[in-house]
Amino acid sequence: MVANKRGESVFQFFMGAFFLSVCALCLAPAVHLLAVSLSGKNAVLSGRIGFIPVGFTLDAYRRALADGGFIYSFGYSLALTSGYTLLALILTSLCAYPLAQRDLPGARIVKALVVFTIYFTPGIIPSYLNARNLGLLDSVWALALPGALSAYNAVILINFFRSVDPALFEAARIDGAGEYLTLAAVAVPLAAPALATIALFYAVSRWNGVSDVLFYVTNPRLYTVQLKLKQMTDMVVISQQEGSGAGNDLAADNIKAAAVLFSMLPIAILYPFIQRRFTRGILLGAVKG
Amino acid sequence: MLLPPAAFLVLFCYIPLAGNIAAFKDYNIFEGLWASRWAGSRHFAEAFRSVEFRYALRNTLLLNAGDLLFSFPAPILLAVTLMELRGSKLRKATQFILFLPHFFSMVIVAGIVYQVFSGTGLINAALAALGIPRVGFLGTPALWMVVYWVSGVWKGTGYGMIIYLAALTAVDPALGEAAAIDGAGRWKRVTRITLPVIRPTIVTLLILNLGGVLSIGFDRPYLLGNVLVSDVSNVISTHVYAVGMQAGRFDFATAIGLFQSAVGIVMVACANLFARRLGEEGIV
Repeated sequence: MVANKRGESVFQFFMGAFFLSVCALCLAPAVHLLAVSLSGKNAVLSGRIGFIPVGFTLDAYRRALADGGFIYSFGYSLALTSGYTLLALILTSLCAYPLAQRDLPGARIVKALVVFTIYFTPGIIPSYLNARNLGLLDSVWALALPGALSAYNAVILINFFRSVDPALFEAARIDGAGEYLTLAAVAVPLAAPALATIALFYAVSRWNGVSDVLFYVTNPRLYTVQLKLKQMTDMVVISQQEGSGAGNDLAADNIKAAAVLFSMLPIAILYPFIQRRFTRGILLGAVKG
Repeated sequence: MLLPPAAFLVLFCYIPLAGNIAAFKDYNIFEGLWASRWAGSRHFAEAFRSVEFRYALRNTLLLNAGDLLFSFPAPILLAVTLMELRGSKLRKATQFILFLPHFFSMVIVAGIVYQVFSGTGLINAALAALGIPRVGFLGTPALWMVVYWVSGVWKGTGYGMIIYLAALTAVDPALGEAAAIDGAGRWKRVTRITLPVIRPTIVTLLILNLGGVLSIGFDRPYLLGNVLVSDVSNVISTHVYAVGMQAGRFDFATAIGLFQSAVGIVMVACANLFARRLGEEGIV
């Protein structure tokens, strides 16, 4: 048994080393990015930066943020994400609360029609033509409306409302509250944890979404931070990519790195919170609809 | 109360779903979708004759096959291995760190990929330090595909791990201890206890993956790709974008998109049926 125990601790040592390396490997690109963003332009062009900045300077951040459009798109994206999330939460609650009532006639059929939209999604072109027919193109509504009700999130919320004791809703109704008041004053506070999870699902998808911005919007004032970042980091300098290292400074790599890192900030700051909520949310969603 | 959400789903899901009939029409912007003349299956026939579409089809299959080969098993292997790790702090830290890339947008991932793999990037800096000539990862089609797969593993492994680890929390630790006392080695415990527990999860995700072998997201190939590798980075979704939105051939592009979704649905159904034949649970 003693040999066995020693074998186990050797095994655990290697396991620890293995997972530490996996974590290091996962974080290495971000550390490199940080080093590049804090390095001088010439050091970056020489292509010898690993994990430590060479010729430390904050110049890249200054130049990235000097692009007025970048900060603007940041604020605009925050506003868009907040508005979209609020709208989505209202719609999802309005959808989930009635469908969670067991005595609502036709609820099963309506729920099936909702779940149907998880599996059958319109393609890129039909969605685009639809947005165009509705006159949404080149307006902020093209980015806020089409995705404002996710059936997947609605199913999560339906399941949550079903787990609540119906007597709580019943009591509110007996006290004379209408359905809207019951939803707002009883159901929503009860569902706060589920709603927080869903809000994060919506917010992260809107914040990170890029293809609809690309498809539906041509006015640069409506570009989200992701599209703005794409413009700033676009791989235009092929010569650099190909290793000659002699690109012009149209978009020097340190400025690109600074812009990418800056865009990571909101997610990075909220990550501990997001991580916990998402982990729980994934488990909620794992229940078959 | 159901009226606003129902109207929403009709307006933004059901009507555009019906809009797929553009695939069978000669879409005329001025007449509108419904008044446009029927085209039968002409657009589909044209798609299959087009070399570009066949390339996009091949690239989609190739890139997805690589994902299936690398991104699919990675979280399984890591989750199973992580279960054998004793220290709960490192266990938590690993989950915490590996999950992070899931939340970065594809634009950010593309920016990071560029910084790591470009001619002046991290890997080439390391190669240069070792005296090895620099490699054009992003401009060489075969190497670009590897970069594409690596980015998928980096972004997706943490998410997959959470799903498998959740299934594994259902295992009573006493089961493993009892097996150990009965003389079962580590390998036996993994193959007899851990793997059977996550098997339904593996099968479910495998079915969805096989079903999605023809569907490919737009963001990853579009944002990671560049002109030097367009021979392998042009996939169905980016082809639909180029043909439909950039060239304005809405009917033809809709046909390609519809073909992709239809095959996807058939594939999921077949994979599901196959799994059931093998005695697995399936997804529906």
